[in-house]
Amino acid sequence: MKRWLHYIKPYWVYFLLGPLCMIVEVVGEMFLPKFLAQVINEGVGMSGNTGNGNGYITVICIAMIGTALLMMLGGVGGAYFGAKASVNFGSDLRRDIYRKVQKFSFANIDKFSAGSLVTRLTNDVTQLQNFVNMMLRMCLRSPGMLVGAVIMAVSLNPRLAIILAFAIPLILTTQFLIIRKGFPRFGKMQTKIDALNSTVQENLTNVRVVKSFVREEFENEKFSDANGELKRAGIDAMNVMIFMQPLMMLLMNLTTLVVLWLGGNQVITFVQTGFGMEVGDLSAFLTYVNQILFSLMMVTMLFMNASRALASGRRICEVLDETVDLTDENSTQKERMVTEGTVTFKNVSFRYYKDSEETVLNHINLEIPSGSTVGIIGSTGCGKSTLVSLIPRLYDADEGEVLVDGVNVKEYSLENLRNGIGIVLQKNILFSGTIEDNLRWGNQNATDEELQKNAEYAQADLFIRNFTEGYQTELGQGGVNVSGGQKQRLCIARALLKKPKILILDDSTSAVDTATEANLRKAFRTELQDSTRIIIAQRITSVMDADMIVVMEDGRITGVGNHKELMAGNQEYQEIYYSQMDGKEEAHG
Amino acid sequence: MARTLEELQKQYHTKAPDGKRGAMGGPGRGGHGPRGQQMGGKPKNSSDTIKRLFSYIGKYKYRYIWVFLCMFFSTVTSLLGSYMLSPIINRVAGVPSKNDFADRAILMVTGELSPVLEGLFGIKNETVAYLLVGILCLAGIYVVGVISTFCQSKLMLYISQGTIQKIRNDLFRKVQTLPVRFHDTTPTGEVMSRFTNDVDNIGLMLDTTIVSLVSGIVTLLGTLGFMLYTNVLLALVTVVFIPIFAFGGAAVAKRSRKFYSSQQAALGSLNGYIEESVTGQKVVKVFNHEKECIDEFSLLNDDLRHKQIYAQFFGGIMGPIMGNLSKVSYSLTVGIGGILCYQTLIGNISVDSCFALTVGGLTIFATYASHFARPINEISMQMNTVFSALAGAERVFKIMDMPPEAPDRENASDMKNMKGHVVLDHVTFGYNPDKVILKDISLYAKPGQKVAFVGSTGAGKTTITNLLNRFYEIDQGSITIDGVEICDIKRDVLRSNIAMVLQDTHLFSGTVMENIRYGRPDATDEEVIQAAKTASADGFIRRLSKGYQTRLEGDGANLSQGQRQLLNIARASLSKAPILVLDEATSSVDTRTEKLIEKGMDSLMEDRTTFVIAHRLSTVRDADAIMVLEQGEIIERGSHDELLAMKGRYYELYTGLKELD
Repeated sequence: MKRWLHYIKPYWVYFLLGPLCMIVEVVGEMFLPKFLAQVINEGVGMSGNTGNGNGYITVICIAMIGTALLMMLGGVGGAYFGAKASVNFGSDLRRDIYRKVQKFSFANIDKFSAGSLVTRLTNDVTQLQNFVNMMLRMCLRSPGMLVGAVIMAVSLNPRLAIILAFAIPLILTTQFLIIRKGFPRFGKMQTKIDALNSTVQENLTNVRVVKSFVREEFENEKFSDANGELKRAGIDAMNVMIFMQPLMMLLMNLTTLVVLWLGGNQVITFVQTGFGMEVGDLSAFLTYVNQILFSLMMVTMLFMNASRALASGRRICEVLDETVDLTDENSTQKERMVTEGTVTFKNVSFRYYKDSEETVLNHINLEIPSGSTVGIIGSTGCGKSTLVSLIPRLYDADEGEVLVDGVNVKEYSLENLRNGIGIVLQKNILFSGTIEDNLRWGNQNATDEELQKNAEYAQADLFIRNFTEGYQTELGQGGVNVSGGQKQRLCIARALLKKPKILILDDSTSAVDTATEANLRKAFRTELQDSTRIIIAQRITSVMDADMIVVMEDGRITGVGNHKELMAGNQEYQEIYYSQMDGKEEAHG
Repeated sequence: MARTLEELQKQYHTKAPDGKRGAMGGPGRGGHGPRGQQMGGKPKNSSDTIKRLFSYIGKYKYRYIWVFLCMFFSTVTSLLGSYMLSPIINRVAGVPSKNDFADRAILMVTGELSPVLEGLFGIKNETVAYLLVGILCLAGIYVVGVISTFCQSKLMLYISQGTIQKIRNDLFRKVQTLPVRFHDTTPTGEVMSRFTNDVDNIGLMLDTTIVSLVSGIVTLLGTLGFMLYTNVLLALVTVVFIPIFAFGGAAVAKRSRKFYSSQQAALGSLNGYIEESVTGQKVVKVFNHEKECIDEFSLLNDDLRHKQIYAQFFGGIMGPIMGNLSKVSYSLTVGIGGILCYQTLIGNISVDSCFALTVGGLTIFATYASHFARPINEISMQMNTVFSALAGAERVFKIMDMPPEAPDRENASDMKNMKGHVVLDHVTFGYNPDKVILKDISLYAKPGQKVAFVGSTGAGKTTITNLLNRFYEIDQGSITIDGVEICDIKRDVLRSNIAMVLQDTHLFSGTVMENIRYGRPDATDEEVIQAAKTASADGFIRRLSKGYQTRLEGDGANLSQGQRQLLNIARASLSKAPILVLDEATSSVDTRTEKLIEKGMDSLMEDRTTFVIAHRLSTVRDADAIMVLEQGEIIERGSHDELLAMKGRYYELYTGLKELD
């Protein structure tokens, strides 16, 4: 609750004025039937006891119109303040979640997954914002109407109002029972909807498989089954709601009839004896009963919405409450920059989940001298990517330490550390915007020559120029309009622009053909002499000429050395080599 | 250097959600709001669309008659229920009542029943008897109303659910028949939203809108009728308000629509930005780009904040303005009605005159007046739903009208015992008429031969496989299998005779076993396991938590790309098709594993005509013929050794002298 108060506080005026405006409406709603009763009782009167006549009625009528106009003002005001309060609330909340996500470490992001973070930032915030708006405008209105109408009814005729003591609990219980029965059914319907959607989605993305195996009919049946199940679940759920409406009507009507019978008798007594209930009061009373029953329905709806908003609120809190497990708050050398580019792993172990038994890295010791080229090779899942991701502190080692320039990476400020290290991730992403925009991620202040030069090194300049708009070519979301190999080279250029002391390529040339890759390596050798280059690759040719090659297997280093040394003594390396180079030697020769 | 708001809006504006229902719709009052706020574009050709929708409903036309009958009953009883209060209140209050039909009816019944009432309940007082009978009549009316409402909803539920089920099935069936070109050019999300948003909107319209519209109109007319019957003058007061309601409502709605769509655009930009930047969050961190992201996000967030306040405000005032306008008309009715009532009471107006008004009449008139705006509101709200549903239906029907894959020719061959002798003869093809992808390609492959394609991205390698199984139809030249042109072979037959392993490895939700069996549903478990062994997938499958019965969810997210490729190979190896196409089938499998499956692959390719597309040249070395493709043309062909001896393009590629791009 304290959290939400934080978001309410800056806009407390709106949060206060909104409901206040709604009170105007509620009060007006209470008075209008009362006015009607007055017109009938005092203005018109009864036979033999005529009322005050035209003048009186006109005055009341003007008062009523005034009230209605005031109510309209209240309603519009309520809408205004409600919108201001809820939209500001939602926007601030969204901003803070986004900021929090920016602070997240890789481990935090992995835990939530990007998709679920997006949902929380968009859908959940909207849900909550709508709920706030509704609460501001309804929370006083419906319960207010309920309470107000009860008070008015009691003040009109306490004896008759006893009926309400039976009717209200009866209706509430019925609603509660029906909703309790209906809710799980709606949940079930939702899962059927999800199932249907994923059937369609799968079918669409797999269309070539479906067609090439001629399984259209099978897919039709699969869909038809899912569709049928959805229909049944839908009917099941809706049936409860369909039952609800007439039942509520019945209960409301029953209450009205009882009021009419008891009240009618009182009016008859009044006409005969002068004691009892006046007829105007009976009409007003009936109106109040209507209002009470109506607001009861609304209150129930409010609860249903609240439960949905609560779920969204919980999901948002999960993000806001998440402890960022990797910060530079305790760093001792915040001013330090990466200047040399040496990397040392001292007895490093790592696992992704603290409670999992499987260690991804197992007591790794490795020394990478500044300015060298290091190749890392090994089968999928052996821990290559994990190893290099410890260098820019994307994750923290569980045991041992990672040193850059002889200093533990934890002592650097994250900004300085990461500025000194260019890493091209395996799963790489370009953003909407021009090619130039994307390259400038590496260095905002790069000159055009620098941009072009680095693109050249990354073997990207040529194809960029071939685009009609060159560096100003707009990339779609995720860089959809460039090929895989081109994308990888753009990502490399982007990283090069950082002028990193340490450049890490995590399998980032897999879609680049061997010849281009050879040129890339050549460019690295001549243009990035001062930087340490760490290259993870599947292809043996990518690492063959490195100063040092690290062979990994199951989270361990099984061999370190240059190509010759490993060919001589490392079985694994030999296996990889022969699996790729079989017979190619002759081609060279 | 963060981008400016204008740049951001431009770059992300296309990602506006496609009329997502109620995504940001403000909560309205009394439950009207959210439904009224959905706007899915205007339909273009309503009358055709409506006709087609009717054809779906046609099956239920008798049920619809019942629905309208029930609706009629429930509306009329509700009006009648209100009206009946008038004579009861008058009699109870002891004021002269109009001798109208309700009064006469109750009097008649009271006359009949009075002995019974006296005997049973000891009711001697005539007024009390009248009251009791009146209440009993009301109870009867209420019960009829409740029952007919229930029946109406129930009938409607089955109609609407049945109809949208039928529409969904038809749509899905249709989508299955559409050519691959459609799928290649239409984003998945767009087709998905036909199935979800659009069909839902149609369902909503069938379920509630039609009935609400008709019942709104009936209520409106009925109320007017009862009003006129009760008092002409007062009825006129209310009628004066109808145009005010209508125009006022339309004016507010128009404005709110304008702000709503600008809100949706801002929301679309923001959501697009969030999606992209959060998905790329790791890159953001690697480049220390957090601050720029926050700045850009804030620009979009504040833009939305600004626009949303307006949208929510205008969306929110519809209720209060319309609702309270009807309160004004209610007040006027009470005032003028009160005066008429007074005049009637003191005798200035004769009880039988058409201006006469009784206390009871005033009471029910007040009720009518305060509810008068409801059906008008309801109708104007429902119109929005109707528009967005019709627009949705139009989009759905547009897909249903798309030309399917061309039907098989009349005497298309069944090709029993296909051998797999494939010949491409001067084949030319382009996805668009103005851009040729494959130029004059000729080649042949005998059964059991392995033909490989190499070349850079975009050279047309994958296109050849698209043509073989007629995902796309060739523009010129011919492709024959065993001497028969492929367009003269039944399409299903053709495709079941070509097994494909594709680059994109998507899997279906279901067990591993089901996924492998996809290509041949009649395969036994043993055969499936054998196929997995051939593809070297058996080992990792057995290590999964439930082995072959492990369920794959969400496109096999728990498998590595390499493992998924192995499953794809297993799936293809189960098939007995004489022609096999491997399109980058092992690109994500590490080279040592690739070595391992080589043997399996060899046995797989035995006796089959195999087409291989591979990036790694080492994988195509032992092919009988290698085609080097460049810009849609075969520039070199021959065996590995021949090509190397030619010292041409292939030699350059193989030795790393030239790049592929």
